[in-house]
Amino acid sequence: MHALDYIDPGTPAVPRPADGAVKQVTVEIDGFTVTVPDGTSIMRAASLLGNQIPKLCATSSLKAFGSCRLCLVEIEGRKGYPASCTTTVADGMKIRTQSEKLGQLRNNVLELYLSDHPSEAECRSSNNRCELHEMAAAAGVTESRYALPAVDGVPAGCNHQHSEKDDSNPYFVFNQDACIVCSRCVRACDEVQGTFALTIEGRGFGSKVSASQSESFLESECVSCGACVEACPTTALTEKSVLALGKAESAVATTCAYCGVGCTFKAEMKGEQVIRMVPYRDGHANHGHACVKGRFAYGYATHADRITKPMIRSKITDPWREVSWDEAISYAASEFKRIQAQYGPDSVGGITSSRCTNEETFLVQKLVRAAFGNNNVDTCARVCHSPTGYGLKNTLGESAGTQEFDSVMFTDVIMLIGANPTEGHPVFASQMKRRLRQGAKLIIIDPRQIKLVRSPHIEADYHLQLKPGTNVALMNSIAHVIVTEGLAHGEYITDRCEAESWEKWKAFVSDPKNSPEAMEAVTGVPAMAVRGAARMYGSAPNGAIYYGLGVTEHSQGTTMVMAIANLAMATGNLGRVGVGVNPLRGQNNVQGSCDMGSFPHEFSGYRHVSDDAVRATFEAQWGVPLQSEPGLRIPNMFEAALDGSFRAVYIQGEDIAQSDPNTTHVTSALSAMECVVVQDLFLNETAKFAHVFFPGSSFLEKNGTFTNAERRIGRVRKVMQPLGGYEDWEVTVLLSKALGYPMDYTHPSQIMDEIALLTPTFTGVNYQKLDKLGSIQWPCNEAAPAGTPTMHIGQFVRGKGKFWVTDYVPTREKSTSRFPLLLTTGRILTQYNVGAQTRRTHNVVWHDEDRLEIHPHDADVRGILDGDWVGIASRAGETVLRAEVTDRVQPGVVYTTFHFPESGANVVTTDNSDWATNCPEYKVTAVQVVKVNQPSEWQKRYRELTERNTRIRRRAGVHA
Amino acid sequence: MHIDYLVRMANDIGAFFASEQDQGVAAASIRQHIQKFWDPRMRSRIIGYYNDTGGMDLEGPVRTAVQQLAEQTAAKA
Repeated sequence: MHALDYIDPGTPAVPRPADGAVKQVTVEIDGFTVTVPDGTSIMRAASLLGNQIPKLCATSSLKAFGSCRLCLVEIEGRKGYPASCTTTVADGMKIRTQSEKLGQLRNNVLELYLSDHPSEAECRSSNNRCELHEMAAAAGVTESRYALPAVDGVPAGCNHQHSEKDDSNPYFVFNQDACIVCSRCVRACDEVQGTFALTIEGRGFGSKVSASQSESFLESECVSCGACVEACPTTALTEKSVLALGKAESAVATTCAYCGVGCTFKAEMKGEQVIRMVPYRDGHANHGHACVKGRFAYGYATHADRITKPMIRSKITDPWREVSWDEAISYAASEFKRIQAQYGPDSVGGITSSRCTNEETFLVQKLVRAAFGNNNVDTCARVCHSPTGYGLKNTLGESAGTQEFDSVMFTDVIMLIGANPTEGHPVFASQMKRRLRQGAKLIIIDPRQIKLVRSPHIEADYHLQLKPGTNVALMNSIAHVIVTEGLAHGEYITDRCEAESWEKWKAFVSDPKNSPEAMEAVTGVPAMAVRGAARMYGSAPNGAIYYGLGVTEHSQGTTMVMAIANLAMATGNLGRVGVGVNPLRGQNNVQGSCDMGSFPHEFSGYRHVSDDAVRATFEAQWGVPLQSEPGLRIPNMFEAALDGSFRAVYIQGEDIAQSDPNTTHVTSALSAMECVVVQDLFLNETAKFAHVFFPGSSFLEKNGTFTNAERRIGRVRKVMQPLGGYEDWEVTVLLSKALGYPMDYTHPSQIMDEIALLTPTFTGVNYQKLDKLGSIQWPCNEAAPAGTPTMHIGQFVRGKGKFWVTDYVPTREKSTSRFPLLLTTGRILTQYNVGAQTRRTHNVVWHDEDRLEIHPHDADVRGILDGDWVGIASRAGETVLRAEVTDRVQPGVVYTTFHFPESGANVVTTDNSDWATNCPEYKVTAVQVVKVNQPSEWQKRYRELTERNTRIRRRAGVHA
Repeated sequence: MHIDYLVRMANDIGAFFASEQDQGVAAASIRQHIQKFWDPRMRSRIIGYYNDTGGMDLEGPVRTAVQQLAEQTAAKA
């Protein structure tokens, strides 16, 4: 069932064309006139008048189906009783939605449905709504003439009652009894999600909903996105949380705290208890869709592992001691002060998180710059999308993606590079798949066979399966074809780009050394496929590039981002709807944390700290002098910790000990520090090396905003009190005060007002406007008061676009006889990043350990069978995982996810990093894989350390 | 801070600008990058290394870039 406060107009809005021009049509419905876009259904037009025509098989997220025959209407001058969902408006049409005849017809339909349906009381006992009973009540139908005779209380005759419930899925139940076979679930699985896992099996009276080939939901191809549950009009598909907890009383719109898609949800609440999270159909990023994480996996927020009391200890080998907030804050502040007095003002710093709100990250960087008095602040985007910021700023002029998600619906050719949207950005993947089913072409550049290469009704036109680490070589050869075959867009380039840089780049890519033929030996991709793909992208009316961490997390990550921007400029694919360069951000607020000035060299809005005029505005607002020199980046902090010049750090919402590469190196650095302050929901891996722990607050416990991958700022709304007593921004305020730099905020909206005051791209953003518009894409200022869905229209933000020469420089990380395989890493749908949240939910049903994917050939020569324990060794370290033998990876390449700390995926990754930003090269590590029968030394030490460093001495009578 | 780490980072920056034929432009670009993105202690460490060894492991224009940084620092002092 859709959100409780949603009024369902029954059919979707008419798609908006790229130029926005739609013919309007005026009709009369029951005497009232309404003007709607041509192509609108009568049902939707009536709904806009406040006239909700009865319906069962229609809902606004799905194409009209016309099967339930409840929405019949009469149209003047036409015969019969057409269904209002499948009949579209025409100018001057006069429609009647109520008449005696219509009433008779509808009542008969309702009676037929009710004859094989649980009673109203039975439906109500699920705590879910039943549209059938609601429609019947509205029509005054209380009994069915076709009701089955009961024999000893059991319905006699053929019926669908007393069937076996399918409760295999951990989050919802399928109850065949209440199913009216309206196909809404099947259509949602097809049209909305694009998995095609559900079907109507059998025919006639025997028709029933079936997952895959009569399998249980859990065993089927179902990805548990919940689209079917949201679409179901009855109690047939009901969330287990609703069954267990009862009816929700209120619904609050908020933004999901998982990936960079940033779906809008309605948190349905009963008091402070979340009954369910329902995707909001008016959400601009997700249009009512969700995935298994955002929709269902929120149980971590109230998990027993949550730490809700502040804790301190003087040594990391001591047990934690629970203390009051006052004591924890004053201890942390005194340690920072002591260390700064002893080792100098630059010996401390802070790390902000992409999992925290804009307001929280803004405050942490403000604390570092103003209260610590240095620029040692960085954010976890360092290890994921920092090359995106650098690369796009230097080519186009702004450190952000160029489009909104909906732009993909106008794309003719999608080039997808180093991203796996069906796993990492599932809701956007569904939209992309919808466009692909409409006929858009698809080019995939990925070392591994991701699902989109071939999935139901989708097949990539090209899968350029390159060797890990050769992105730039491949991109240069694609550019070579574009330029040498005359596919570059001369007029566009002349108008919009720097001529000198174009000439230089053109000469560079035209060099025969960059031809697909010359690069074939490097990339491993057949030259003809490269030429074919280049021609496809180069000649598309609208070509759009989407990319992920497979682009950025390389020693040449920034070079590759520039190469992407070069290609888009050369083909004129920037500055309108349907095209663009679109980084898919990993975490919910990667974009926002970067925007907020979390990087050590820049203030909010990407302005360098050495810019005197910019710095002066911050100094005036903050009332303290600020440093003009860049501070330490995260990997530099580790190096500085090891040489003793960096001794204390305040980490909000980040788990660097699990997520950063070369774990042994990171933990040595953390162990060398005198005061590590961790603010988090859980005692995470980093907390094992911490001296102060501040309980964090989940996204349900605080107000703020997140900014998604399309620069869309969405509100996060508090629906329950913080379990630890404070919202995260309040803790930063307390710490800052204790450090002698009071901050005066009583609500995050005031922090946003300060951001708007200091940041030219945010001047028009405030909470009132966010409440009114739902969400805003920055830049939002005088020039664009409602925000900017498409960037670089007319001209680039930097003025003229700049081409950069992107020579291919091979990574140092090469396969050798000692380490003959290349390890690359990725994600899986049901788990999220370091797994701290999703591991504490039922999502472990689908993925309860990280596995090493290895090609059958490589497995065979090593005597490895599926499920065997294998040791993975690199020059950085060694770990042990179970093997999954599969040809999704090519020979010579192995792959794993990194969601479980004990897997130690980052024990083997190295400290190689991007030349421009120090973004680690997670995606290429030379390794050897051998069959083993015991955990690695690191894993043994890990278990001991976990045992030793996570002990908590509870205060008497206190239960955290 | 480990000098090998900094030398490697500096050479990585140099590798990006290797295709720049004008060595003067390459050196200036590398110097600017280091100025904009390296914390002062990292810069002073690599300058110290240059002063002590002549920057023997710094490749091509990277050495010139660090030399320029060293000269600037000396001039300021």
